[in-house]
Amino acid sequence: MKSTPILVAAAAVAALVAGAAQAATLDDVKSKGVLSCGVSTGLPGFSAPDANKNWNGIDVDVCRAIAAAVLGDAGKVKFTPLTAKERFTALQSGEIDVLARNTTWTHTRDTSLGLNFTGVHYYDGQGFLVTKSLGVKSAKELDGAAVCIQAGTTTELNLADYFRFNKMQYKAVVFDTSEQTLAGFEANRCDVLTSDQSQLYALRTKIKNAANTVVLPEVISKEPLGPVVRQGDDQWFNIVKWTLNAMINAEELGVSSKNVDAKKSDKNPAVARLVVGTGDMGKKLGLDNDWAYRILKQVGNYSEIFERNVGSGSPLKISRGLNALWNQGGILYAPPIR
Amino acid sequence: MADQPTSGGGLQPSKPPPWNDPAVRSIVFQVLALVVLGWFFWTILNNTLANMERRGISTGFAFLDRAAGFGILMSLIPYDESNSYGRTFVVGLLNTVLVAFLGIILATVLGFVLGVARLSNNWVIAKLATVYVEVVRNIPLLLQIFFWYIAVLQALPGIRQSITVGDAFYLNNRGFFFPKPIFGDGFGLVWIALIVAVAAIVCLRKWARQRLDRTGQQFPVFYASIGLIVGLPLLAFLAVGAPLSFEFAELQRFRLAGGASVIPELMALLWALTMYTAAFIAEIVRAGILAVSHGQTEASRALGLKNSQTLQLVVIPQAMRVIIPPLTSQYLNLTKNSSLATAIGYPDLVAVFMGTTLNQTGQAVEIVAMTMAVYLTISLLISLVMNIYNRRMALVER
Amino acid sequence: MTTAWQPSPSLPPPASTVGAVGWARSNLFSTWLSSVFTVVLSLVTVYFLWQILDWGIFSADLAGKDQSACDGDGACWVFVKDRFNFFIYGFYPDAEQWRVNVMFFLLAALIFPQFFENAPYKKALGWIFLTVYPVVSGVLLLGGAFGLEFVDTDKWGGLMLTLVLSYVGIVAALPIGILLALGRRSEMPVIRTICVAFIELWRGVPLISVLFMASVMLPLFLPEGTNFNKLLRALIGITMFQSAYMAEVVRGGLQAIPRGQYEAAAALGLGYWRSMWLVILPQALKLVIPGIVNTFIALFKDTTLVLIIGLFEVLGGVQSAIIDPAWQNVAAEGFFFAAFVYWIFCFGMSRYSQALERKLDTGHHR
Repeated sequence: MKSTPILVAAAAVAALVAGAAQAATLDDVKSKGVLSCGVSTGLPGFSAPDANKNWNGIDVDVCRAIAAAVLGDAGKVKFTPLTAKERFTALQSGEIDVLARNTTWTHTRDTSLGLNFTGVHYYDGQGFLVTKSLGVKSAKELDGAAVCIQAGTTTELNLADYFRFNKMQYKAVVFDTSEQTLAGFEANRCDVLTSDQSQLYALRTKIKNAANTVVLPEVISKEPLGPVVRQGDDQWFNIVKWTLNAMINAEELGVSSKNVDAKKSDKNPAVARLVVGTGDMGKKLGLDNDWAYRILKQVGNYSEIFERNVGSGSPLKISRGLNALWNQGGILYAPPIR
Repeated sequence: MADQPTSGGGLQPSKPPPWNDPAVRSIVFQVLALVVLGWFFWTILNNTLANMERRGISTGFAFLDRAAGFGILMSLIPYDESNSYGRTFVVGLLNTVLVAFLGIILATVLGFVLGVARLSNNWVIAKLATVYVEVVRNIPLLLQIFFWYIAVLQALPGIRQSITVGDAFYLNNRGFFFPKPIFGDGFGLVWIALIVAVAAIVCLRKWARQRLDRTGQQFPVFYASIGLIVGLPLLAFLAVGAPLSFEFAELQRFRLAGGASVIPELMALLWALTMYTAAFIAEIVRAGILAVSHGQTEASRALGLKNSQTLQLVVIPQAMRVIIPPLTSQYLNLTKNSSLATAIGYPDLVAVFMGTTLNQTGQAVEIVAMTMAVYLTISLLISLVMNIYNRRMALVER
Repeated sequence: MTTAWQPSPSLPPPASTVGAVGWARSNLFSTWLSSVFTVVLSLVTVYFLWQILDWGIFSADLAGKDQSACDGDGACWVFVKDRFNFFIYGFYPDAEQWRVNVMFFLLAALIFPQFFENAPYKKALGWIFLTVYPVVSGVLLLGGAFGLEFVDTDKWGGLMLTLVLSYVGIVAALPIGILLALGRRSEMPVIRTICVAFIELWRGVPLISVLFMASVMLPLFLPEGTNFNKLLRALIGITMFQSAYMAEVVRGGLQAIPRGQYEAAAALGLGYWRSMWLVILPQALKLVIPGIVNTFIALFKDTTLVLIIGLFEVLGGVQSAIIDPAWQNVAAEGFFFAAFVYWIFCFGMSRYSQALERKLDTGHHR
């Protein structure tokens, strides 16, 4: 009788403890047959569970694209919801293979956490949301305001820097989740809500009379968000980096999930390298040559994931802005696949 | 039966072999336990250091001197963004202590009222108190904190529509604002007078007690005490020329500048903690009062004591013996539960230090250890104080 | 002079103390103040009750599929209906949810007899609950054996996760707690000190910091290359925390056993472990069942805190559903639902423990 609980515990431990995940992430992912991806605990547009319990969002689609490239099936992703505090530990300890949790690429994080940022899949910036009745046209008029803010990482510091630099006073009301932050703003606890602009638009869709609120023109910080991997595994780093680049290049070349089959017979050699696999681009990554085809077929190009999650196909209705291609007024510029 | 033991060691217990000797076994067992424990901690320490070095996580407490760079909503001591992380620790600590201290007082009062109400002769009061207790203590505190925060915010008016009393007190959804006292020169004398008054009251009580024992005459200690504690500082205050002024809160564009204030997060957290803990205290009080034997009340009635005297002199002192130990653990629970402040943005130790500071510095080990040490210390302090009180109240038997 | 004896007029009969009027007089209107309280409190209660009923039932919306079905006044239960599956099963795949249902059913079947005085096989069922049941439900939920599809723990959530967390927390904490309680009463100073330090350490810190430690620090403690799944980390934290409380409860039971029992066991020639296992613990544990149930209630409520480390139990599920842009102003409904779920469970268990206490309490009462 006595030994039964111990056996149970042992069985449970055996079932739950993941194996070593340090050396070659690619082999590890392949042998597990599933990609472990760290996402947020719920940020609309980036990573949030929907009514059918599927994870949705731009971060989520990046993960699915990697799974499509590596495992051949965009569905083979295990999403691990992480709070801001846990995310780097989870990646460092090998609990997840890639972190796509609207994480800002900063010098400190890139250099001192043993992590590598693979690129940028969303250019964001911190902004302010106010009610129109406040009569504020610019963030410079916010002296003395109470500011609702989510306990994040860079936003709190940016806010402090901005107000101090402009010699203004403020009161920061710090909440743990975006839902609480919004509740505080709606209950008039504060005059201003500050967050990354993408989040402001996401939260704005939740406000009762959204028309009565306005996002101020000032963007007080640069927030390039990108997927993160562990340092010291260059192959995996390349796979994640080029998954992202493949999606951006596909948009530039006009290849989408809808026409990718038709594009197989396209004359353009750049398109052929992407969808047919000429030039052994996949092999050079340690994958097969259909990797990009699968990404595009199963997940889509950058424009598709943008529009469906945060753009016109979503409640957020964010315009492309900085996230348009370099030749369309944005700064999205992927190195060529050749 | 009649056999006398022969002299000498015939029946001396034979010495057991060392592996069966309880004393030896006990020592071996303890040494083994120490070794295993030592090995366990050594492994953890080793792993942690190795992991941190490999991942380039900095160690040590040097970060406490670095500038924090973020704002904190409420602070009992002067604080701004340029202060150090060490300062944020103190700010969070003081906020935790504040909410725990106030919460303990309020929950005790409400809990006693509810506990007595549950035993009320009035059916409506008794039933309502029962329903309250059964509803509140069976719903998670975190949920209640969320609820009260939203409720408090929605009940309070906006800053322009503040409820105000004579432009000195304001109540709105930014908090409760009141004039901040500014102590001028010579105010120190008033504090000294206050301390003298307290000392005098202690002596007076002792003297009155002795007189009661000696002569049986009562002395109005209560009124005399009030006279002392109000009168002495007041005299001193007037003697040094009333050096006190007030800084009033002033309505500006977004805010009330100046003055002192209580933020709504504190109100909501305090309210939720009080309501929740009071439900448990009510049960403890009820059990305590029921534990006092009926004979005691009957005896005191027979002695001619009034109802209030019965309660004050006979029932409560005896009930307290039953009440104090579980009450102590409720106080500990309240203190630990105050850490849920992080969910609604009250800047307590967990929110400020284990939240934002941890996020900024990434030094999880040091920060979590410091935070846990603080709570442990507070818990031990409360236990200590309550144990001393308990010892004073305990039954002294001949 | 004689006067005829005049009887003084008879006193009015005493106020009735029986019947509805008598009851009302002594329980509702015994004094002037009491009457005021009765009237005012009754009116306030009726008013609030009406408000709540109106919001929750009379004006509420239940039919429909999305936001448009809710007209604004009254609760929008459509939201709860829409997300109900998520609140109960989390991300657990629809096709496999029968496994969770079986777990729920087994749980109910094992616990239900415990509420009855003379249900058959009560003791056996209790043992199954503590030993066989965890294995069966573990296999059932996790899968990967007996032809069951493997469902990873990241898919677990909702009420099911709440039950898993609190159940494992209690069942794993019980043996550790017993050992700690025995250790605390040990005559070996080193063992005693270790146990006291362990118990006081965990009891002195908030669960939130323990969960934090489990989620952020635990990975650092492990040798390079190993890592625990997040749920397991949370479970370890909860078990450590809970075993300290359990130890104190069990200690209370051990202290209540008269010295004679220890001495009698020793006189029979039983060694330490056998005397504990055969004589002391069976008596002590029976005494502390209400205490164990009470710690279980506390733990059940405390499982809400795992939302802070990003696990979606009931409250966490509600929170993440509320932020869905497809729904607006449904926070009250979501929280009300969560509160109701927790209340049902906790209230039921507290009634059970109170009944047990009454049964075990053989003291004299008026």
